[in-house]
Amino acid sequence: MTPPAAASAALAPAPAIEAGPPAEAAAAPPLAAVAAPAAPRARARASRVPERVQSVLLGLGFPIALVVLWHQLVRMTGTQLVPTPYEVALMMYDFTVGGIHDDAFSGTILTHLAASMERVYGGFALAIVLGVPLGLVIGKVKVVRQLVDPTLSLLRPIPVTAWLPLSMIFFGLGPRSAVFLVFLGAFYPIVLNTIFGVRSVDPKLFEAAAMLGCDGSRMFRQVVLPAATPSIFNGLRLAHGFAWILIVVGEMTGVPTGLGSVIMDGRTLSRTDLVVTGMIVIGVAGFATDRIIVALNNRMLRWSPQHHG
Amino acid sequence: MDKTTPRRPFLAVRDVSKVFQIGNGTMEALRNVNLVIDKGEFVCLIGASGCGKSTLLRIIAGFEQPTSGEVDIYDHPVSGPGSDRGMVFQDYALFPWLTVRENIAFGPKQKGLPVARVRELADEYLHMVGLAAFAGRYPAQLSGGMKQRVAIARVLANEANILLMDEPFGALDALTREQLQDELLQIWERTKVTVIFVTHSVEEATLLADRVVVMTAGPGRIETDIAIDLERPRDVSSMAFNEVRRSLTQRLTSHVKRRELKTAA
Repeated sequence: MTPPAAASAALAPAPAIEAGPPAEAAAAPPLAAVAAPAAPRARARASRVPERVQSVLLGLGFPIALVVLWHQLVRMTGTQLVPTPYEVALMMYDFTVGGIHDDAFSGTILTHLAASMERVYGGFALAIVLGVPLGLVIGKVKVVRQLVDPTLSLLRPIPVTAWLPLSMIFFGLGPRSAVFLVFLGAFYPIVLNTIFGVRSVDPKLFEAAAMLGCDGSRMFRQVVLPAATPSIFNGLRLAHGFAWILIVVGEMTGVPTGLGSVIMDGRTLSRTDLVVTGMIVIGVAGFATDRIIVALNNRMLRWSPQHHG
Repeated sequence: MDKTTPRRPFLAVRDVSKVFQIGNGTMEALRNVNLVIDKGEFVCLIGASGCGKSTLLRIIAGFEQPTSGEVDIYDHPVSGPGSDRGMVFQDYALFPWLTVRENIAFGPKQKGLPVARVRELADEYLHMVGLAAFAGRYPAQLSGGMKQRVAIARVLANEANILLMDEPFGALDALTREQLQDELLQIWERTKVTVIFVTHSVEEATLLADRVVVMTAGPGRIETDIAIDLERPRDVSSMAFNEVRRSLTQRLTSHVKRRELKTAA
């Protein structure tokens, strides 16, 4: 996965962009150095901090407003079917630490989270291991593209959930079926984005590599893969989202643990506080992993100013 | 320069024709092109757009196969890209995910040279093109002139002895272009590399070349092959320089009919 640049990139501090060599600098002095007096620069720096604060406040303010609205709506309608935010908070506490309901779900969050994460990352990893190399080959080798592409295009529109019955026959009523669904859901965005990444590489880069003596499998490792990395990361982010969506479907098929099974149990027991708690845990876990992927993306693509997510 | 064909020419383009398939039709880019280039020569290919000069360069590079004819280097036909010929593209074609140093070290690394030797070569050419201070930068953080210096260093570090340059300075501003022309001449004199340089600027060809090969379009072929006997370093403001430039310009435009623009009704 690591393109050759990433390792040595760690040595290079993020440098300032425009500073030509002496001669060019004399010919066309960088605007910033000449034209920007101290005052506007200071103002730009001062306005930076409030912008950060503003972004955090807005980012937090909206969900807080939603929670308040949720609370008010439940109160006003007097419904028994939807829990209040407070009830969900209690359930979340009980699910994490226990001591409130003291039932089968108390203090079991780690068990379920671990089970789901294992399946999500298992299926996701499988999709990467198969999808990225396949995408690279389909993108670069015309014969393979002609061989595989029509079949992929035919299979792709089939909703992954439609595979559920067959998946249960293939893999039984267990976690393997869930992993398979996650794999299927994550596979297509990874393959398609990898293909797109390879196809949109400037052909001159391949010519340049060829004239410098690079060919065969080295071409894949040293040129095709790094050149397609920005697009591959787009695929990974999409695929990761699908993986968490599909884990719930996958765990509705008779597995005893996992966040999907918790939500199913909550539904069967009419425990909507449990359902919402499961939803929130999935949301937070997915968000956390997405941040990790974005951080990895920014680190590996520091060479590409336009690919910072 | 007297052109008596040597027994075993360094580089020979023999009867090269190239026809491209475009949709249902065809486009004849080159017809029966013959050209012999000596080792160490600086040759400019010049002509209007569509005259096939870039196609000829790409055939010499091995990126395109001629429809008929062949390109020989010391009587060995060229069958594909090789590290003896290094192309410098107009839009640089640097590997954006590699630093300046890693771009220059790319060729030596492919040859499997020891790490210390790769480093040494990269340092040598980083120094030659004056980019030692920018070794850790990525191409996106460089100006156009700096990118083209990296591209030149990249093929030199690969120990290419034929430098193929496809309008390399076309995208640069005038001052940077002048500077790079000067640096290229210094590199050429120092390394004795053979340069085949495509341009559409008569002035650039007059300044740089030992020989100017004028090509014409429809289909592309060689119109004339002129030796430039001006002493180096050349002074672009001298009478002699302007005389050569004028006669080159005349040869370049003599076959192009002047088109009268119609006045609007």
